Amino acid sequence: MSQAESVAAAPRVPRRALWTLGILRSELTMTLRRGRTLALLAVLAAVPVLVGIAVRIETGDGSGPGGGGGPAFLAQITNNGLFLVFAALSATLPVFLPMAVGVVAGDSVAGEASGGTLRYLLVAPAGRTRLLVAKYASVLVFCLVATAVVAVSALAVGAALFPVGEVTTISGTRIGFGEGLLRAGLIAVVVAASLTGFAALGLFVSTLTDSGIAAMAATVGVLITVQILDTMPQLEGIHPYLFPHYWLSFTDLLRDPVRWDEIVGNLGLQAVYAAVFGSAAWARFTTRDITV
Amino acid sequence: MTDTAAGTRVAGPGGETAAAVIETRGLTKRYRGGRPAVDGLDLRVPGGSVFGFLGPNGSGKTTTIRMLLGLIDPSAGTARVLGSPMPAAARTVLPHVGALIEGPAPYGFLTGRDNLVRYDSADAAADPRTRRARVDRALERVGLAAAAGKKAKAYSLGMKQRLGLAAALLQPRRLLVLDEPTNGLDPQGMREIRSLIRELAAEGTTVFLSSHLLDEIEQVCTHAAVMARGRLLVQGPVADLAAGARGRLAVTTPDPGAAARILGEHGATGLLTDGDRVSADAPPGGVELADLNAALVRGGVRVRSFGVERASLEDAFVALTGEGFDVAG
Repeated sequence: MSQAESVAAAPRVPRRALWTLGILRSELTMTLRRGRTLALLAVLAAVPVLVGIAVRIETGDGSGPGGGGGPAFLAQITNNGLFLVFAALSATLPVFLPMAVGVVAGDSVAGEASGGTLRYLLVAPAGRTRLLVAKYASVLVFCLVATAVVAVSALAVGAALFPVGEVTTISGTRIGFGEGLLRAGLIAVVVAASLTGFAALGLFVSTLTDSGIAAMAATVGVLITVQILDTMPQLEGIHPYLFPHYWLSFTDLLRDPVRWDEIVGNLGLQAVYAAVFGSAAWARFTTRDITV
Repeated sequence: MTDTAAGTRVAGPGGETAAAVIETRGLTKRYRGGRPAVDGLDLRVPGGSVFGFLGPNGSGKTTTIRMLLGLIDPSAGTARVLGSPMPAAARTVLPHVGALIEGPAPYGFLTGRDNLVRYDSADAAADPRTRRARVDRALERVGLAAAAGKKAKAYSLGMKQRLGLAAALLQPRRLLVLDEPTNGLDPQGMREIRSLIRELAAEGTTVFLSSHLLDEIEQVCTHAAVMARGRLLVQGPVADLAAGARGRLAVTTPDPGAAARILGEHGATGLLTDGDRVSADAPPGGVELADLNAALVRGGVRVRSFGVERASLEDAFVALTGEGFDVAG
């Protein structure tokens, strides 16, 4: 909406730049305080606990973690608890984290529609673009919070159950614990950023339907489908364009020196997904009839 | 503002002086190419009125309200609310409009108060510094202050309805659009809400009220419009609408036969006898009713009661639509 559209006959409304952020704050508290969100975060926090305890029990009898199966970095956890952070993120990134994001993103608009609250937000008036931006922003914050919950839980469990200290990188060099911690933080941010493309996809799906459940199911369904496509060698040609294809590239942050090309490629791909599905969501949401 | 009634019958000369708060021209909504839900609507709501919007279920009332509030794009025609085009000027118009649309929709997991805080922070024009005070005032106004801390999912339908009204009253509004505001309320609650509506109207707020309760419209509205099958049948001051249907002359007597005969001799039409009650179309204005009564008594008819029953809005509605009120269009 341009300034030109505010017709002289309509009384001027005082607009303060900060007031417009009220909806963002409202969105964030609504998203993060909901029982459902807290349950998702609790499940995410439990994953590192389970992994940590399993590894601890497994190594307690002196046999060492068997074979090279399971998530990456599993074998290193016994030597350095910090590796539980990497292992937990590797374990949750393919399924748990995006599923949680899919639930929150899929429900973001469709949930308001099925609850009937969407019409009241729009006549408040929230403004369709403003509401959509606030919704996406709060989903992005959820991506970061969800990743941080996994990382912090893993760090706490790792430090409690295993020794911590210098980190041996994938390249074989050793870096100090402080720098290891820094890299763990950076990895968490990159993992969260890896979810932004999928979050935009979920937001778009959410604008297509008036049923929150349908939107959540469809979003998670797309995730699973794409994950399956990404494993089929016959479809190798399209793999580089699938949003989860480079997700595990965050491990390159554990090389010395860090290899950035795949990480940057991943972030670029996420940006493209965010732009495409964000625009699609905007185009759909700003033109559709709200009949519920 | 002179040709606002193009295509519709206006029941009377009143209501065309005040500036229009809502004005539509040829407003039309067609869903997926089917029969239009709203067809060429020329609606005019004068400022300061309490405007009743009547029609059977499925007559297009809700679609019209949603177009006025910018939730639905019209297929054709224009709508102006508070002088500005909708939906283009939604951002500047809607802060001055409070609305209750197709029933309340609170967030069940939030308290009544937090629901209002949520809706208020959605409005970029709402001052966060006065938010708490305005929320409390709105809760008080609808009689919900005591239950403000309870989760909305524990509310009864009537309480949810009050909460929806409170959301519409978070700011001083120039226009209130209330879709079935007394739905789910007990008689006491209905009375409270009606007196609240009168109070708001007295403060100068224009109230656009949709209802299927004809007596409700008659009790609180100054103006009304009737829709059926997506078309506007009539609009104008309520008094004029009701006057459009003629009243009935009713006589209660133990001698109905003689009464009907004498009334007939005096030119009464549409005579009906039902037990001890004889009724006829109200005679034209020139006839002195007392003379008719005297004629009855002279003719030996023992009259228990005698008088003209004013036509109700319901009579007017039936006369207009030719059908019962609850028939879907």
